[in-house]
Amino acid sequence: MRNRFADTFYELGREDERLCLVVADISPAGSIEKFRTKFPQRFVNTGVAEQIMIGMTAGMAQRGLRPFAYTIATFSLYRPFEMVRDDLCYQNLCVTVVGIGGGLTYSTLGATHHAQEDVAIACAIPNLTVIAPCDPAETEAATRWCATQEHGPVYLRLGKAGEPDFTSNAPQPWTFGKLRQIRPGADVCILTYGPIMKRAWAVAERLEAAGRSVAINSVHTLKPLDVSGLADALTQFPSVVVIEECAPTGGLAMQVKAIAFDIGARTRLFSFTLKDEFIHCYGSHDDILDAHGLSIEDMTRRILSE
Amino acid sequence: MTNGLMLCQHDERRRNSFDAAAAKERCRRYRRRILDISRQVSALHVAPAFSCVEIVDSLYNGAMRRDSNGEYCDIFLMSKGHGCMIQYVVLEEQGILSRADLDAYCKPGGRLGAHPDYGTPGIAASTGSLGHGLGIAVGQAFAEKLKGSDARVYCVLSDGEFQEGSTWEAMMAAANLGLSNLVALMDNNDFSGLERISEGHKAFYPLLDKARAFGFSTAEVAGHDSAEIFAALDDDCSNDATPRPKLIVCRTTKGKGVSFMESVPIWHYRSPNSEEYAQALNEIENAP
Repeated sequence: MRNRFADTFYELGREDERLCLVVADISPAGSIEKFRTKFPQRFVNTGVAEQIMIGMTAGMAQRGLRPFAYTIATFSLYRPFEMVRDDLCYQNLCVTVVGIGGGLTYSTLGATHHAQEDVAIACAIPNLTVIAPCDPAETEAATRWCATQEHGPVYLRLGKAGEPDFTSNAPQPWTFGKLRQIRPGADVCILTYGPIMKRAWAVAERLEAAGRSVAINSVHTLKPLDVSGLADALTQFPSVVVIEECAPTGGLAMQVKAIAFDIGARTRLFSFTLKDEFIHCYGSHDDILDAHGLSIEDMTRRILSE
Repeated sequence: MTNGLMLCQHDERRRNSFDAAAAKERCRRYRRRILDISRQVSALHVAPAFSCVEIVDSLYNGAMRRDSNGEYCDIFLMSKGHGCMIQYVVLEEQGILSRADLDAYCKPGGRLGAHPDYGTPGIAASTGSLGHGLGIAVGQAFAEKLKGSDARVYCVLSDGEFQEGSTWEAMMAAANLGLSNLVALMDNNDFSGLERISEGHKAFYPLLDKARAFGFSTAEVAGHDSAEIFAALDDDCSNDATPRPKLIVCRTTKGKGVSFMESVPIWHYRSPNSEEYAQALNEIENAP
């Protein structure tokens, strides 16, 4: 996702000279280096200084530029939180804050590097659009949207590198603010976003093997949420499953439950989120998702048992 | 719409010649107007505004250039948002805000609050939380340079804001980016909310050495002496070998112009009662 973002941004930057990239000492991965080399005057590294990274993008946007701020999710959203809130969101400026390593991506680095509540926090701020693509293709579509939109600030939450492709052959295109079906099915509807798509897909395969027809929807736009699309899913499917790599308070699962209540949905609703805990566990991304109770086996078993 | 950078074209920039006697009368007028408005609301931040009357006047009526249509081409950013009352009265005098705007200050239906709000005419950024303005000003100055415009950004900060780490992040970035079009002015009244900075935070000083170590050119002026402020603003450091941003430390008195308000913390927020108002008005009218 990181590389596709960088490639896409470089391509967009060739066409639109308002596009600038402001980073806070993030190691230049692949194509970001290409943008930096090709357009050095539009690339700023503030050093290990995230407050100025966000603060200056506000001033740049006010004077006609299209800045993207870019670093690890915890440092792009948490460290400069008040700058995101006041400078970008209160003033409603078209700045994209890119958080790489959303969720538990940096699995071996401990909770200082885990953006395990980023989506919930971002969704709570007025004016902030929140987008979390699930694979490189969605990352490209989302990046293009961010570079050309006129809505206001965006939190673009990415994984890191090497995520598999899930959506190139999806029956529906990526459309901002719309639920996207990437796998058709009739019995169970899985709602998910971001890199944990790999687990949602694996759960779908297991359920299929057990005789269920399983749809998957990418809820790539977390805010504004596609309330009517979610209401339709809650109405049409006998079972709806939310799988998300985010803390339980304020994330997608809680919002889907609220919609279900509002419309009086009678579907069976399962939600799988991270625990409301800092888990002192190191290992692969999969290891730490397991530690949060999100193993493919456990999720599949629970869905089949009810 | 083109995706090219929009260049600001100002063929004919005009800068006011500075008349110290006229500045004194303007500042007297501004203080009187602020006092008048203070009678309408209970919390007005009178003292923080009085502290930077001459600074703000020297910018709007001195340093900042206008184009042939009379529009400012330089940018004013009030980082110490709680001092915005002085900016409002200057903008009122310039016709950028209306009398009705100021009469509705902090009232339902009005558009002026106790901190400036982006989108209001003449307001370059929403401030109020301290330590944000200089970072935004850095971005604005960077953008103007990138666009090839010669607009300057003037940012007025409180000294308390230099206790915020974010201000020093912005200082470092401004120097690293060689933003010679950025001028920061510190309203150094030596008061934070609780106490005198020189008593409670001794390591806060010296200031100029710190700023120079961060790559700024510096000047220190008597902050209620309009001629001194203007002279420091007029020296654009164009002979410097490396392009550098500038910090002007303006030594000021919080509540300047009204004896019972000067350096008395309660006047950070309070508005005067009738008796106090009469005395304050008398002092301002009769100040030399």
